[in-house]
Amino acid sequence: MEQTTVDQAKQLGLTESEFDKIKELIGRIPNFTELGIFSAMWNEHCSYKSSRVWLSKLPTKNKYVVQGPGENAGVIDIGDDDVAIFKIESHNHPSYIEPYQGAATGVGGILRDVFTMGARPIANLNSIRFGKPEHPKTKHLLNGVVSGIAGYGNCMGIPTVGGEVEFDECYDGNILVNAMNIGLAKKNKVFLSIASGVGNPVIYVGSKTGRDGIHGASMASQEFDDNSEAKKPTVQVGDPFAEKLLLEACLELMKTDTIISIQDMGAAGLTSSSVEMASKGKLGIEIDLNKVPCRETEMQPFELMLSESQERMLIVLKEGKEKEAEKIFKKWDLDFSVIGKMTNSKNLVLHFNKEVVCDIPISSLADEAPKYNREWISTPLPEEINIDKKLNDLDIKDCLIKLLTHPNQSNKSWVWEQYDHMVMGDTIQKPGGDAAVVRVHGTNKAIAATVDCTPRYCFAHPHTGGMQAVCETYRNLSAVGAEPRAITNCLNFGNPEKKEIMGQFVEVIKGMSEACLALDYPVISGNVSLYNETNGIGIKPTPTIGGVGLIQDSNKSTTISIKATGNLLLIIGETKGHIHQSALCYDILHIKKGPPPTINLAEEKKNSLFVRNLINKKIAQSVHDISDGGIALTIAEMCMSGKIGANITTNLIDAERIKFLFGEDQARYVVEVRSADYDNVVKLAKEQEVSLLQIGSTKAENLTIDDMKITVEDMLTLNNKWFHNYNSN
Amino acid sequence: MKFEIFVTLKKDVLDPQGKAVEGAIKNLGLSTISNIRQGKYFTLEVAETDEHKAKQQAEEACKKLLANLTIEEYSIKKLS
Amino acid sequence: MKASVIVFPGSNCDRDIQVALEKFQIATTMVWHQETELPKSDLVVLPGGFSYGDYLRCGSMASKSKIMKEVIQYAGTGGYVFGICNGFQILTEAGLLPGALLRNNKLKFICKDVQIKTINNQTAFTKKLSEHKILTVPIAHNDGNFFASKEEIQSLKDNNQIVFQYCDKEGNISGESNPNGSFLNIAGIVNKNKNVLGMMPHPERVIDQLLGGTDGQEIFRSLL
Repeated sequence: MEQTTVDQAKQLGLTESEFDKIKELIGRIPNFTELGIFSAMWNEHCSYKSSRVWLSKLPTKNKYVVQGPGENAGVIDIGDDDVAIFKIESHNHPSYIEPYQGAATGVGGILRDVFTMGARPIANLNSIRFGKPEHPKTKHLLNGVVSGIAGYGNCMGIPTVGGEVEFDECYDGNILVNAMNIGLAKKNKVFLSIASGVGNPVIYVGSKTGRDGIHGASMASQEFDDNSEAKKPTVQVGDPFAEKLLLEACLELMKTDTIISIQDMGAAGLTSSSVEMASKGKLGIEIDLNKVPCRETEMQPFELMLSESQERMLIVLKEGKEKEAEKIFKKWDLDFSVIGKMTNSKNLVLHFNKEVVCDIPISSLADEAPKYNREWISTPLPEEINIDKKLNDLDIKDCLIKLLTHPNQSNKSWVWEQYDHMVMGDTIQKPGGDAAVVRVHGTNKAIAATVDCTPRYCFAHPHTGGMQAVCETYRNLSAVGAEPRAITNCLNFGNPEKKEIMGQFVEVIKGMSEACLALDYPVISGNVSLYNETNGIGIKPTPTIGGVGLIQDSNKSTTISIKATGNLLLIIGETKGHIHQSALCYDILHIKKGPPPTINLAEEKKNSLFVRNLINKKIAQSVHDISDGGIALTIAEMCMSGKIGANITTNLIDAERIKFLFGEDQARYVVEVRSADYDNVVKLAKEQEVSLLQIGSTKAENLTIDDMKITVEDMLTLNNKWFHNYNSN
Repeated sequence: MKFEIFVTLKKDVLDPQGKAVEGAIKNLGLSTISNIRQGKYFTLEVAETDEHKAKQQAEEACKKLLANLTIEEYSIKKLS
Repeated sequence: MKASVIVFPGSNCDRDIQVALEKFQIATTMVWHQETELPKSDLVVLPGGFSYGDYLRCGSMASKSKIMKEVIQYAGTGGYVFGICNGFQILTEAGLLPGALLRNNKLKFICKDVQIKTINNQTAFTKKLSEHKILTVPIAHNDGNFFASKEEIQSLKDNNQIVFQYCDKEGNISGESNPNGSFLNIAGIVNKNKNVLGMMPHPERVIDQLLGGTDGQEIFRSLL
């Protein structure tokens, strides 16, 4: 068998010391196929070698968690033997290179992660971030990514119910495409990837294998440079139709008693799926590569093992169940092939053309993969600066209009109207509110879900930013009346070999951990995307958090739309006027210094509970959490959504008034209540020591703040125009 | 000068449409047909008398817009 | 009353229409496209979705499937056939309805609530709707831009086959209220015998106030 060199190892993305370690582990020099398998399993994407040390510090348990990190997706209990299964994952690099296919296969991948576990996917969400709108590539990338998400999700017939879209120059060379999916299953029908039973057959199902995305997993772990465009041929093409068939076939198979374990072929394809199943089951696996269904001729072992062709699954069946399973996959016009079996050798053994082309211990690929405790430095909390002079000169209406027309705060319906957000007939709250709400089919309960992150906070102070991202999802779920249960995270960062970037990662994790612990809101699944850098410039730390909560009674949920005139508007949570790092400072005034708002986890918990109680008792008519743009933009959004005005009085002037209206203190909500309920609400707030301020009332047509006046109609026109104008030429 | 242009997916790239069409063709009983690939067909005119220059323009149109060179290839044929 | 819902590979509103039909006590049987016999039915529904991934032309491959021979025969004998969204596309590809559904004029998938005006309330599918009733019903399609030849359009008009047209909230049928470029704002048509209806909007998505509306209910009530 041919031997490999350190140069070949380097070409595959391994370091010299990693190559030495491989030789030591297997006691000889690996051949080319083996080296390829090591490079795929040991790269950042599969091994989490830079992040593992820190990820293990995240809280992963509470009384609802059925399955935490380590499986294809996490599982939480939602009562009545039902479970929700969910995960978020990045597809950043492929989407930059080929936005349509990159985003589409990102959606396809996360869907497989969820239905592999036995769930029927019920909701897609996504978080997409692009460079500044003026950047020559942004429009093309935005259009490609949105169409790709739409193309795949719509065809699958799974509603895309929520997400976020943001523009910031730090993403000019590295866009982020994070896709999340939630599925539902019965608690005793959850399928895992732990193989068992020596001799059990290993089955390949789905589409055929081509040369797609060979070494996509390694690509996702390398920095970009100007030659990245030339790496294009590794991008996979998605076939949502094939995936729809695969979904139905897998769910049909799962109703029979045939499956031991099941794993989708995602990053590093057949390699990672076979190694993971065997590793978890502490077994060996033997595969005859000649039995892998191929789309192209003369595919070599290296290619067969590393291909990232989409819409494929690996299944370990109970012995003798092959025929039963094959019948189902044939019905759905899918490939089905028995390609190997589980063994007790604890090795990965591959046969090709009657030769053994790979024989390496599974443990060397998984448990023994490198783990780095990379050096890191802390980001200190930035000092406050006095910007009162600048704020004194600002006009409220001007600030509000600039925010309403800014791409980051503009109405995103141009995006989500391209997504079928209603198919499956259970969408209670469509995109555009605080969180999406989707009914659990055939019941009266509902799942609420949201994805959030505020990268400018994370960049200013990663520790605070990590906490804030978790809290923001907690608040968004609370605002629709859901009890927050658990999160999934997608940690997007720059090059971890740089101390300050590694420091951002470490401190974001620390912040997240504190928030998760305090809120009893653990991490149950996720993914890490490092090396989001081009020509040495990294993205802002972007820990995208996907939060999931439960609404026990679908009729007890609320939206951000103001419901009627003559109601009162209350601010829940204390307003101090923290203006640094606000959307107003950052995006409009371009003042990027200063600390992000402080997080008080006890307040978060208390205020959330208070708001949820008001919703539950049907006292809250509408609720909107206060985030980007502060009180002013939050109330403007409530007016636009309900097409009803409001009358706000601040009793403040100059800089203090600007800070009050546009500051982004955390743990706050605007709640609309009937005036008849006011005394009762004040009493409840006192009892629970919750800060409450009546700031105004609702009325027809106009939003007035002190002496400023703007019609709701005008705000709608302003808020709706950016995306349409940007994409119409 | 008039050209016709075919844009097809590169040989190695999965063609989901071709694959699905092939399945449907087989269901119609046309079992001898296989290897269906789907592509796009364009005709265009270039206001240029020099054939070489005209073809260059057509090439540029292919590279810049008509074909996505990440996944597709093209061929150009002069019609008149 | 009994309905058969045809399930093609890639159909994805099959469950939604089943839920809707059963809400109105219409017993529903799901029929796989490879079947060669249609169960005894008072109504056949072709659901929305992406049969065969919308590849080649929307509805083209589904229209050639085995069960469609039965559906065509059933329609020929006066049986009621209802195609929604992809189902409408399949009906035009199968020749049960005239015209074709082209790519939306703005070339984007559109999912949003639109208003449609009832033009013919004398069909079995619309008999409970008042004259010119305006309904708010969502659309969710990439290819809903109805096209037909001059002769076909004339014939549609002459025979009162246009059932729904896109309109605004006041009922004005105009370019501005046309979401996809459909000829004459056409959202739904019937065949000459008025027993086959195809429409792009999804009435099955508006049968529950909790999910955003109930305007689809009257269509299902008409079927009873």
